[in-house]
Amino acid sequence: MRIGVLALQGAFREHIMMLEALEVTAVPVRQPAQLGELSGLIIPGGESTAIGKLMDAYGFYDPIRQQHDAGMAIWGTCAGAILVAHEVLDALPDQQSLDLMDIAVRRNAFGRQVDSFEADVDFSGLDGSDEYRGVFIRAPWIESVGVGVEILARHDGEIVAARQQDMLATVFHPELTGDPRVHRYFVETIVGGR
Amino acid sequence: MLVAENYREIGTLRVKTGLAEMLKGGVIMDVVNAEQAKIAEDAGAVAVMALERVPADIRATGGVARMADPTIVEQVVNSVSIPVMAKCRIGHFVEAQVLQSLGVDYIDESEVLTPVDDEHHVNKHEFTVPFVCGCRNLGEALRRISEGAAMVRTKGEPGTGNVVEAVRHMRTVTDEIAWLSGLRSEQLFAAAKDLQAPYELVKWVAENRRLPVVNFSAGGIATPADAALMMQLGCDGVFVGSGIFKSGDPAARAKAIVEATTHFEDPEIIARVSRNLGEAMVGINISDIPDAERMQERGW
Repeated sequence: MRIGVLALQGAFREHIMMLEALEVTAVPVRQPAQLGELSGLIIPGGESTAIGKLMDAYGFYDPIRQQHDAGMAIWGTCAGAILVAHEVLDALPDQQSLDLMDIAVRRNAFGRQVDSFEADVDFSGLDGSDEYRGVFIRAPWIESVGVGVEILARHDGEIVAARQQDMLATVFHPELTGDPRVHRYFVETIVGGR
Repeated sequence: MLVAENYREIGTLRVKTGLAEMLKGGVIMDVVNAEQAKIAEDAGAVAVMALERVPADIRATGGVARMADPTIVEQVVNSVSIPVMAKCRIGHFVEAQVLQSLGVDYIDESEVLTPVDDEHHVNKHEFTVPFVCGCRNLGEALRRISEGAAMVRTKGEPGTGNVVEAVRHMRTVTDEIAWLSGLRSEQLFAAAKDLQAPYELVKWVAENRRLPVVNFSAGGIATPADAALMMQLGCDGVFVGSGIFKSGDPAARAKAIVEATTHFEDPEIIARVSRNLGEAMVGINISDIPDAERMQERGW
């Protein structure tokens, strides 16, 4: 199994390290041609505007959609969750998204950096306990979901993790915790369960 | 198990260092007003540094350089959706308190401004907002981290458009990490004394062969190739101060530096984005700067 991590900007190294700890082959993806033969793609946290502009400049939008149609699972964390969303609230006027998951995501909804926080969330479907330490950094939230989207976790009433078939969105950062259970969930349940 | 879902822990080391992790592979640009901040955001900057004057102008004007007028900081905060940083003077914890109250996302306790304390830096553990600090070598980096810095940047020589000092500082940090990681455990105590840094941090670096926080390069980066050079030398991202808005075509140069920072190992891309950018900032030779005006010497 090969999982790609979009390596244009942001915390891609941490995702690669988490995948390697699970003995999964992790591939940093810097060009669209590298998307072939991937079982899954992680779009990491970073600045959604910066990653989105680089995706546009290097022609990533359509190839990612096509590879997803061909069976590539996708997980977006934080900025990545914004980039996979059908609708982005509080977006820049020209901000694009992949429009793959039927969710509406509000940028920086939890506030600025002084409001960034850690909190335990109840994440259904993880092995062992459902309790997971969420690291929320200038985090967005998932304001609404369409039919067919399963809500996996909430914090303070807001949706912070969701799944639609072979797609996962989390607004917090499992790659910063050292706890591999969300990565294992993506690899085993979502990529492995296609 | 049901958890207490409303409880939030703010200002933890993990959320402070975590924001720096999210900035990696990106470019942080100095701006002096809302219009420049928008240009930076549109070019793909991961954050902006709100200033009253860029370092080249601070150098030219002379006198005491202080925290920016809060009006400028607020205008920048309100004009962009990316993180906003701002500088306080070394040791000026009240400027830091003011910047935190304005809602900035990172404070740079910076040698670009005139220091107010020749012995003490700000105790950065006392703040919710994270700090970035400059360093020229590993000892200086670890002293800042022990004071609570959640991110460091190699200093270079700000406002010069000359990347030679940035290269020197990056190589020094890298070489010292390599040296530490080759030492036997009993040698680390003497190394900590030589580096004037806490033993626990010295030991961590020796074992992990890297800095415990994100390190960006700063001070003199003026071209896409300069940014890629610093990335190949091992930094996590770059600050570009005067290099963008003191050049002939800031929007084009900003976008080119962003692309070169992402694709730092791809000379064909760096060649393509380097074309037709207009005049780079003029730049200064370091030997032409009197010792007393070298900003990198500030900080202890």
